[in-house]
Amino acid sequence: MNCRLCGPALAAAFLIAAPAVQAIEFNQFQANRSALSFVSKQMNVPVEGQFKSFRSKIAFDPAKPAAARAELEIDLASIDAGSKDANDEVAGKAWFNTKEFPVAKFVATSVKPLGGNRFELAGKMTIKGRTQDLTTPVTMRQEGNSASFEGSLVLKRADYALGEGMWADFGTVANEVQVKFRLVATAAAAAAPAKK
Amino acid sequence: MTSPPTTSPASGTRFTGVAIGLHWLIAVAIIGTFALGLYMHELPLSPQKLKLYSWHKWAGVTIFLCVLLRLLWRLLHRPPELPAGMPAWQRKAAEATHVLLYLLMVAVPLSGWLMSSAKGFQTVWFGMVPLPDLLDKNKELGDLLQEVHEVLNFTMAGLVLAHLGAALKHHFIDRDDVLVRMAPFLGRTTGDTK
Repeated sequence: MNCRLCGPALAAAFLIAAPAVQAIEFNQFQANRSALSFVSKQMNVPVEGQFKSFRSKIAFDPAKPAAARAELEIDLASIDAGSKDANDEVAGKAWFNTKEFPVAKFVATSVKPLGGNRFELAGKMTIKGRTQDLTTPVTMRQEGNSASFEGSLVLKRADYALGEGMWADFGTVANEVQVKFRLVATAAAAAAPAKK
Repeated sequence: MTSPPTTSPASGTRFTGVAIGLHWLIAVAIIGTFALGLYMHELPLSPQKLKLYSWHKWAGVTIFLCVLLRLLWRLLHRPPELPAGMPAWQRKAAEATHVLLYLLMVAVPLSGWLMSSAKGFQTVWFGMVPLPDLLDKNKELGDLLQEVHEVLNFTMAGLVLAHLGAALKHHFIDRDDVLVRMAPFLGRTTGDTK
């Protein structure tokens, strides 16, 4: 930014004069600081799992949440569903069918401020060729140059035909799957005040 | 505890009703749970397999609790004496087998519980009572505990066969009351009638 070229005094004056107005947009997704996990219930036993590979495009300016954009792509084959047996099983046709549908995708359609650092994120989730509306609260935490977006929501596996055939009954594997996410993005070091 | 803790130690008396009831309840439960374990572990993953695993664990926890109850009862109620004419080596063998069986009845469900924890699957008794995970998820440890669970089980199976063989030998060859005093529904009749 231009200020880098200004004298230190001028920079200080700028910071004092307008610290809050300066636009900061978090738009550099940090995969290794992000996490996507879930808890399914099998015979009422909570079983933890996670996805190890996913990409996100985030553009979030705390001053303009309504203009935020977010997309998430999950490599379904990167699942750890708790055991090797389970990983092999969920890759198959009855579950994710990762050969035909390797990627799940979420595209945000709106972000509403809920007050403080909380927001309501709405969007379209597509898994296994099925698209559903999805809404989740998100808590943002800003630390210097980076921001984390955290939330948890309940997905119903049947909405996406996850677990067909002999798995369709919820008596063994519950319909509700608790999903937790933490996405971290940094502001680009050279981000100009003008929006990208 | 209702009955007085001083059962007559004379040969020919029976175990208490509670001891007999727990013995046979646990015997049937162990045999059934052992067979279920043998059957289920090679099944391909399916809802049925998940159900059977849960049932196996529920049974294991139940057996564990019954065994604790039984141990407590045993400590408070002296079992009948062994027949007077038994050779010393047989007495020692019987005592060692019983000690080992008690140890294994505790160790087998415990190893299953630990294995379950290490494999990342909590045990939730009857789908309602979650048992604490005593270990963090750790695949290598889980696989090791699976081996331990298996070895302990087959050791116990061997001891159960020895226990059964000895009981039958007492009944049919020695013709003493060792089997009958643990047999249900036989009242106070003594051994060598059959």
